Amino acid sequence: MNDVKFNKLLIFINSLVPLLFLAWDALFGKLGVNPIEFFLRTTGVLTLIFLLVTLSVTPLRKYFGWNSLIKFRRMLGLYAFFYGFLHLITYSVFDKSFSVSAIASDVWQRPFVAVGMIAFFLLIPLAVTSTNEMIKRLGGKNWARLHKLTYVAAILGVIHFWMIVKSDVFYPLLFGLVLAGLLGYRIYAANEKSAKILTTRITRSDTKKI
Amino acid sequence: MVIKKPNEIKSSEITDEKTYLNRRNFIRAGLLAGTTLATAGVYRFINPPPPKETVTAEIENIVKTSNYRTEEKLNSFQEITNYNNFYEFSTSKTAVAGKAENFVTRPWTVEVGGLVQKPKTFGIEDLLKFEQEERIYRFRCVEAWSMVIPWVGFPLKKILDAVEPLGSAKYVAFETLYHSEQMQSSFSAGIDFPYVEGLRLDEALHPLTILATGLYGKQMPNQNGAPIRLIVPWKYGFKSIKSIVKISLTDQEPQTTWNIAAPREYGFYSNVNPAVRHPRWSQANEQRIGEYTRRETLMFNGYADEVAKLYEGMDLKKSF
Repeated sequence: MNDVKFNKLLIFINSLVPLLFLAWDALFGKLGVNPIEFFLRTTGVLTLIFLLVTLSVTPLRKYFGWNSLIKFRRMLGLYAFFYGFLHLITYSVFDKSFSVSAIASDVWQRPFVAVGMIAFFLLIPLAVTSTNEMIKRLGGKNWARLHKLTYVAAILGVIHFWMIVKSDVFYPLLFGLVLAGLLGYRIYAANEKSAKILTTRITRSDTKKI
Repeated sequence: MVIKKPNEIKSSEITDEKTYLNRRNFIRAGLLAGTTLATAGVYRFINPPPPKETVTAEIENIVKTSNYRTEEKLNSFQEITNYNNFYEFSTSKTAVAGKAENFVTRPWTVEVGGLVQKPKTFGIEDLLKFEQEERIYRFRCVEAWSMVIPWVGFPLKKILDAVEPLGSAKYVAFETLYHSEQMQSSFSAGIDFPYVEGLRLDEALHPLTILATGLYGKQMPNQNGAPIRLIVPWKYGFKSIKSIVKISLTDQEPQTTWNIAAPREYGFYSNVNPAVRHPRWSQANEQRIGEYTRRETLMFNGYADEVAKLYEGMDLKKSF
């Protein structure tokens, strides 16, 4: 097994640890006084964590030159989708008894549910187009453009978390700040890049004049 | 200067392939085990410790003949004492029991004053001398979960009668202890302390309204609002203020903590009302702790027969 494969395995297993704990604790009735709420909250927070970790791959590559991280990004993104899916299923089955009309009226009545729902639905096309085959079919540029939806999903995810909290916004704020940092870095990097291009152009035209 | 050529390394010094691979596998196994353990450790650290066992003294001579006893299945002592909203200690319901473990509730006094004939400060010992009754009530939190709890306590009316309210008294204001050294809530709790609540005088005098000194026949556990708290079973749980140090009668509607924090979301009355949805979520149903499907929320939390007449002629959608 080469190093990349081994590192993939390492990330795969570590990402699975929370699920194993959830399953184990559920089996032995150790999820606390309100197991449904606990399961919902934990899967929700895990979704956000994996979204943020996925979004930190590009800044880490650019800043530290850790280019090989790109090899693990797809798995991290799919884990975000997977925990998001568990979150939605828990909500649909236990909170809403899997009733479509109850879910629809909930989305209508409770804006934070709508926001979370939109965030999850944005992740679906990203998960579907995550295979090599799909990247080829879409073409790299289109694929990259489509996958910018991750930013929107992450922003909506943090807003969703913020809206459910009654008054202590510490954790939503923490996620919000990290997300702002990750998105802010991209804006900064993009500006740097265009500034460089601009400087090169100016220098060139100056040289011409001389 | 002599530069050693690579081929000068003695062949005996080269690690043979098998050892090299073994060492690599060993490191990998270590990495796998180490990171997995670390992840597991982080998970367990973030997620709350197992439930606390809280031991408090028995309350003697409890009268169990009260009419106010629902026949519904009781929540367990462990459930009731490990899922608490007590923001002074923590904004996490499962962390309160641990954080409140060393809360000092003796000596304790409750100052009763304001628009009364005979203001009086009661020691907790005096309050425990009132006849203690068991009341089995539904408890409905504004967060849409509920429990059935066997409280021990006495009607608030008894203490109010003892101080003789003046004719001008229209409301009752309550205040929780705030002791910042013992109550180290998150700096971001988002509400002001001390916690304050209020009732209209007729609500306060209603026979369902009690000052609770315990539950399950035992003195009140710290996390549930020791040593004495209010219980108003037809209102959302946050009206039932904990660890009371002050009660005063007023002619003005008292300020209430959650109303100050978010006036559009929490009204002064805050009666349990499935028809008035919270601006952010529905109140039509609830999660009874211990059940896996949701149940319909009842008007006035099922106490409509007893309390609906208090609100005759009022628009409860406006006075929510």
